[in-house]
Amino acid sequence: MFLLCFMKSDYLPILLQVLVAIGFACSALLVSLLLGKATRRNATKDTAYECGMIADEGPQPRFSVKFYLVAMLFILFDLEIVFMYPWAVIYKDAILEYGASIFWSMFSFVGILTLGYVYAVKKGALDWKS
Amino acid sequence: MSPILFWAFSALMLAFGVSVILNRDPVASALSLVASFLCLAALFVGLDAFFIGVIQVLVYAGAVMVLFLFIIMLLDLKAEKRRSFNKFALLGGAAVTALFVAGLLKVISAFPAGAKPFPALGVASVDDVRQVGLAIFTRFNLPFQTVGVLVLVASIGVIVLSRRQLK
Amino acid sequence: MDFLNDIPWMLIAASIAKTLFLIFGVVLPIVSYTVYAERRVSALIQDRLGPNRTGFPISLFGFEKDLQLFLGGLGQPIADAVKFLLKEEFTPAHVNKFYFWLAPVLAMVPALSTLAVLPFGNYLFGQKMVVADVNVGILYVFAIASIGVYGIVLAGWSSNSKYPFLGSIRASSQMISYELSLGLSAVPVLLIIGNLNLSQAIQYQIENGWLLLPFTDGNLTLRELLLWIPVLISFIIFTISMFAETNRLPFDLPESETELVAGYHTEYSAMKFALFFLGEYAAMIAGSSVIVVLFLGGWHIPFLPINTLESSTTPAGIALGFLHITAFFAKVVGILLFFIWVRWTLPRFRFDQLMKLGWLYLFEIALVNIFITAAILALVK
Repeated sequence: MFLLCFMKSDYLPILLQVLVAIGFACSALLVSLLLGKATRRNATKDTAYECGMIADEGPQPRFSVKFYLVAMLFILFDLEIVFMYPWAVIYKDAILEYGASIFWSMFSFVGILTLGYVYAVKKGALDWKS
Repeated sequence: MSPILFWAFSALMLAFGVSVILNRDPVASALSLVASFLCLAALFVGLDAFFIGVIQVLVYAGAVMVLFLFIIMLLDLKAEKRRSFNKFALLGGAAVTALFVAGLLKVISAFPAGAKPFPALGVASVDDVRQVGLAIFTRFNLPFQTVGVLVLVASIGVIVLSRRQLK
Repeated sequence: MDFLNDIPWMLIAASIAKTLFLIFGVVLPIVSYTVYAERRVSALIQDRLGPNRTGFPISLFGFEKDLQLFLGGLGQPIADAVKFLLKEEFTPAHVNKFYFWLAPVLAMVPALSTLAVLPFGNYLFGQKMVVADVNVGILYVFAIASIGVYGIVLAGWSSNSKYPFLGSIRASSQMISYELSLGLSAVPVLLIIGNLNLSQAIQYQIENGWLLLPFTDGNLTLRELLLWIPVLISFIIFTISMFAETNRLPFDLPESETELVAGYHTEYSAMKFALFFLGEYAAMIAGSSVIVVLFLGGWHIPFLPINTLESSTTPAGIALGFLHITAFFAKVVGILLFFIWVRWTLPRFRFDQLMKLGWLYLFEIALVNIFITAAILALVK
C-alpha cells in the first residue's frame, strides 16, 4: 500500500538511471573481456610504464603538504557554499517579507569566513609557486 | 514507509558500516564509508528530506571522504596486520554491549506509546529547501553566524597546523 | 503478492524508456561523434585532414575496396568502438586488481547519472522530457559530479605506477578547487530564478527571456539589463570551471602528454580505458547541458510560443516535442564545439597558475558577484 510513499515519484527514476549507468559500464567491461584478444603476459609488460626506463621501485614519492591543505580548505568553503543555496532560493521572496536583514545575514556569514580566507592567502597557503 | 526500498537501503548501509570496521585495508574502509553515506542519503530522500539527502552526498561523500582517501593514499597507509584479540577487552566489550541492549529493551518495554504506529504526516505544501532556508535565516540566524565562526576557527587551525611546511 | 500491485509499473516503465532514450539514443551517440568532431576540428585548425575515409572493411572478405557507406569518415566512431571491444584486455601484475577494475566504472557512472535531472525537452508522447524532475536539481548535479573524483583517485592509486599517481593527485586537487568556483558561480542564477529545480529554471527563462540573452521574451527592462552583467560574469566563471572540472585543455594537467604520458589512465587498455574516455566526454555533455539550462534557456526556442498541443500525442505535438529536444541538443553541441575550439587554441596552464586562478581570482570574483546580484535584486524593482 505504501510502496510509492518511500520515494516521491520524482526520485525513483534517479535510482533507475544509476542502475542503468552501472549496468552499461559493467556490461561494456564484460563484453570487452569476452571478445578482447587473449592476454599474453611477459615480464616487460608487467612492469609499471615509465617511458621505457626500468621502473624505479622506490618508496612512494612524498607530496607537498599543500595538497592536504587544499583538500581541507575545500571542505570548509564547500560548507559556506552549501548554506548559500537555501539562501538563494528564498532570497527573492524573503527580501520583500523581511527586508534587508536577509542580505546582511549572509553578508556577515561570508564576511566571517572571508577572514579565514584572507589569513590563508596572507600565510601563502594558496601560493603554489614556492 | 516502503518496505522494500527502506529495508534494502538500511541493510546495505549497515552492511557497509560493518565493513568499515572489519576491513583491514584503509582504502576499503574509506570506500565502504562512502557507500554507507550514499545509502544514508537514499534513506533521507525516503523521508522527503531531499535537501539533507543531497547535502549528505555533496559534503560527506564528495568532500570529507575525498580528503580521507587523499590522506590514506598520499601517506601510503598499508593494511594493518591481523592482531590476536585481547580476551579481556573482548569480554568487557561484550558485557558493555549486553548491558546497553538490556537497558534499551527495558526502556522500550516501559514506553507503550512507542508501539503505536506513527500518525501519517501531512504533505508539505512548500518544498524542503525553502523551509530549510526560511528556518536558518529567520529563526536560527544566530546559530548560523556561530557556524560561520566555527568554520573560521577550523580554517585558521588548518593553516596553523601546516604552517611549518609553508614558509 | 499484494504489494506487486502497488509498484508504480507505469512510472518505472516510462522512466526506464526515457533513461534508455537519453543515454543510448542521444548522449552516447553525441559522445562518439564529439570524439570524431574533435579529431576533424583539430585537423581543420592544424591544416590536416583528420579521419575522413573509414568505411566498412569488406576488403577483408576479398573485395577491392572498403564500402564507403558514410561520407567523410563518419563510420570512424563505430570502428573505434569495435576496436575498443576487441583490443587486448590487459591487467598488469603490479596493480591492485579490484580497484583497478572498479575505477573506470566509478568514472563512468556519475557522468551518466547527472543527466537524470536535466530537462532535455518539453513533452513527447505526453511525457515530460526529464528523467527525474527533482526539487534539488542543480545541487544533485553538483553532488553526483563530486563523486566523480573517486574514479580518478582510485585509478591513479591502484595502478601502483608513478605517472598515474601524479596525474590522479593533480586531477583531484584541481577538481575540488574548481568545484568551489563552480558552485559559487551558480548562486547568482539561483538568486534570480529563486528555485533549484531545473525545469523551473527553464520556465523562468521562457517567461522572462534567457538569462544570457534577456531580450528573447520580446522586451528588455532596466532590471534585466543590470542583472545581465553579473549573469555574464557568472557564465564566464561557470564555463571556465567546467573546463577545469572535465580536465580539458587549458586545464589538462592531470593527463598532460608531454610530462605525464597519459596521466591517471596510463596503465589502462581496451574498454577500461574507453570508459574513462567516454566518461570524460559524457561529463562534458552533462556540463554543457547545465550551462544550456541555466544560461541559454534550455530547450526553449526564442519567439516560438509554447503550445499546449505539445503535451498531446497528435503528430503535430510529437513533431514539436522532437523540435524542442533537437533545439536543446543543438545548443549543447554548440557549446561542445566551443570546448573543442578552445582546446586546440590555448596552451596549457602551469599548476601554480591553475591553482592561483581558481582559488584567488575566480573564487573572489564569484563571491563578489553574488552580492552584486543580491543588491540589484533588492534595490531595482
